[in-house]
Amino acid sequence: MSGCGECKGCSTSGDSKIKNVDYTIALAGNANVGKSVIFNQLTGVDQIIGNWPGKTVERAEGLLLHKGKRIRVIDLPGIYSFSTYSMEELVSRDFIALEHPDAVINVIDASALERNLFFTIQLLELAPPLMIAVNQIDLAEKKGITIDTQKFSALLGVPVVQTVAIRGKGIPVLTDAITGLMQDHLVPPVLYYGKEIEERIGKILSLLDTVTTQYPVRWTAIKLLERDPAIVQLIRVQEPAIVEKAGLLAGEIESIHGEPVCVVMSAERYQIADRIAAEVMTIRPPGEGPVKKSLTDRLDEVALHPVFGYLGVIAVICGLLVWTFLIGAQVSGFLQAFLSHFEQYEPVVTGPLMDILWNGAFTGFVAGVTLVIPYVLPFYLLLAVLEDSGYLTRISVMLDRGMHKLGLHGKAIIPLILGYGCNVPAIYSCRIMETPKQKTLAAFLVTLVPCTARTVVILGLVAAFVNIWWALALYAFDILLIIVVGRIAFKAVPGESVGLIMEMADYHVPSASVVLKQTWTRTKSLIWIVFPAYIIGSAIIQAFYAAGLLTPVNNLLSPVTVLWLGLPAVIGITLIFGIVRKELTILTLAVIFHTTNFASIMSPVQLIVLALVSMLYIPCISVILVLASEFGWKKALSISVAEIVMAISIGGIAFRILSLAM
Amino acid sequence: MPQEQVEEYLETIYDLESRDGSAKTTAIAKCMKIAPASVTEVLKSLSDKGFVQYEPYRGATLTEEGKQIAGTIKRKHRLLEVFLTDVLKLNREKVHDEACRMEHTISVETEDALCRMLDAPAHCPHGSPISPCNKGVGSCAECDGAGNAGASFVIRNKKIIPITDLHPEQKGRIAFIRGDCKVVQRLSDLGLTLGTTVSVLKKAPMGGPVEISVRRTKLAVDHAIAENIFIEPPRSGEP
Repeated sequence: MSGCGECKGCSTSGDSKIKNVDYTIALAGNANVGKSVIFNQLTGVDQIIGNWPGKTVERAEGLLLHKGKRIRVIDLPGIYSFSTYSMEELVSRDFIALEHPDAVINVIDASALERNLFFTIQLLELAPPLMIAVNQIDLAEKKGITIDTQKFSALLGVPVVQTVAIRGKGIPVLTDAITGLMQDHLVPPVLYYGKEIEERIGKILSLLDTVTTQYPVRWTAIKLLERDPAIVQLIRVQEPAIVEKAGLLAGEIESIHGEPVCVVMSAERYQIADRIAAEVMTIRPPGEGPVKKSLTDRLDEVALHPVFGYLGVIAVICGLLVWTFLIGAQVSGFLQAFLSHFEQYEPVVTGPLMDILWNGAFTGFVAGVTLVIPYVLPFYLLLAVLEDSGYLTRISVMLDRGMHKLGLHGKAIIPLILGYGCNVPAIYSCRIMETPKQKTLAAFLVTLVPCTARTVVILGLVAAFVNIWWALALYAFDILLIIVVGRIAFKAVPGESVGLIMEMADYHVPSASVVLKQTWTRTKSLIWIVFPAYIIGSAIIQAFYAAGLLTPVNNLLSPVTVLWLGLPAVIGITLIFGIVRKELTILTLAVIFHTTNFASIMSPVQLIVLALVSMLYIPCISVILVLASEFGWKKALSISVAEIVMAISIGGIAFRILSLAM
Repeated sequence: MPQEQVEEYLETIYDLESRDGSAKTTAIAKCMKIAPASVTEVLKSLSDKGFVQYEPYRGATLTEEGKQIAGTIKRKHRLLEVFLTDVLKLNREKVHDEACRMEHTISVETEDALCRMLDAPAHCPHGSPISPCNKGVGSCAECDGAGNAGASFVIRNKKIIPITDLHPEQKGRIAFIRGDCKVVQRLSDLGLTLGTTVSVLKKAPMGGPVEISVRRTKLAVDHAIAENIFIEPPRSGEP
């Protein structure tokens, strides 16, 4: 098609991993409406989570088999509008407009009809074959809200079904309705705005004959009137005069209402939404007597309390970490013992090259298994439970003020907590931040959070051979350092920061399928990135080791390791190995000294300094790779270099202070 | 009595009243470094003009008219302070005295132009809030757009307060959202459109986010953003 310069980038069908499908449908709607639950109900476990081509926005797709048809289901990101506030909004609207799904299911929350309808109205403008699933009707009924589905369907001119997805209610009806919709390809009716807006949409429409886009023509006219940057750009290339005229018309609306045109349009859409909601919704008036507080309100009284709230946050995060490491150490020990039946997993450095490489790869694999399964998996599982229950948003609210000091806001606490498991998924999750500056800052601070591998080093060196208090002191120092470095980076990194605007969803009992999916999404990146890096990196290092490069490297590094950090010369090589995987520091040390009693070879000060340096210098190869893919090599390398310099400086200072004190 | 002196007095009374509930003669005298006897003299004359209510020994409180004048001066004062520190890079300690002298001489046009140039700041360099202007606009974009054309605006005659001043469970209608267009659009996408009835559910401790209830949904909004959402407070008698 001529004239659509953007189509190459946004084509998605070619990249889909699910082949030979008869139909493609998409789920769209606000966040927290149970969209993921419906997606899981439709597609079962067979789903793929990847990225939109060329964009760092998550894309989940699965396969629905219904009456012999193969239907691809795409779960669009949870969004509130089709403006250009975030990449999610752009990706979603381009998918619907340009990929022409055979049906779009708009999942809406029965308890918040107006805000959900605000989005529905924008979906209708894109004119896909549309239907509506009114979800969580059980929760709405508890609040005294009932919805007249038939009237709703008649008013909007699209099929409407009611569901309680979490219990599978209404899903068969939904599936049948989808089948009907895909075959009929009904185009939904047009909803009209107020007179002064419609007049101007009409004027723009009459001009649009001369241009071709893949977007629906009325939608293009509305977006031109809204001064939507992406659409303005698209039309300007073809016919600058139209953009100019649309700008003038938008100016007229602005002078009538005294507000930016996009805000006028939002208000107009909310007026329509309010009107429809009032027609189809009945709210039972609250009974006599004082209004009973909902469970969410009562829980929030504690969770957002000035004292108990903070105690709760600390207790939950500490509990999460302690639980993970108590359980993790047990399981990890068991797995290691089990795997040692198959192969010697301690580094082998002599013998034929293939043996050495194989041994390296195997130890890398063992390290991955004994870290991910016992530590990271339970940690992320519990975190997903907390997240789905709604408590994580309360932690964000409580810590928002503190995060401001770092140029971030409350939502950034999520990547930071994830970082204690593994930095890799934590860096991916920085996508929830709104501006590029906040994404970069959050990712940078995540790399300073001690992940499970680094915790193994701290526990193995300091807690085991000095005492637990020094290990905890290292943790406390790390938090302090994150605050100080965050302050500095906030001032140094250019760009804008925006404040928190976040929906506070009600608490609910977590859904097993959503929790498992979330855990899998996060753990999956470990399998694709961390495991290969562990296995390949370990094999290479083993060969490096066997080739006799040990002594020259140690000598080369000795000014830093011996003179500045006060550590034995062999630490040079273990620190380099640690770049592949942090816990390799300990393993290599054990092999070199032929002992696991590190207290016999290093003083307490040396153990603490080594743990400190390991904790702070560049995370590991996997993290550098992820940083590079999310932010480019330049930023990935500057973060790495900055952290090496910082770790060495702090390590040397710590050595001198601790030598005096201990 | 010269206008400048009237304004200085009203400003001092405004500060003392918001601190102590009323402005005692001795407190005013101490603040302005003037003998209590002359303060009493001036208070009587301000009372005659209808700017203050004055009862000997109990102190003075501002009338609605007095409050309006004092409020405008405070706004000019704080805008000037922002201008002097942010644009002219003057020392933060010095700007208060400087602004004290300038605030009486600048016109409404200058005040508006300052507000536009500084992107409608919410706080002075010392952290005190800057009240919104009294023009009948719904957002700053209108003022920005019309600024060059020199358009005049209807005066907003209703009292508006930031949503952060609402007590929990109190309701009000959104009258004006100050600030960046992107944030205004985000807020309106989530249902905070002009004229919508909203209420504050909770304010997180230590200047944390404010929980706002709108259209049966709950939003946590950054405190600094919430301070820029202005509402018409409920009239007495309304819930």
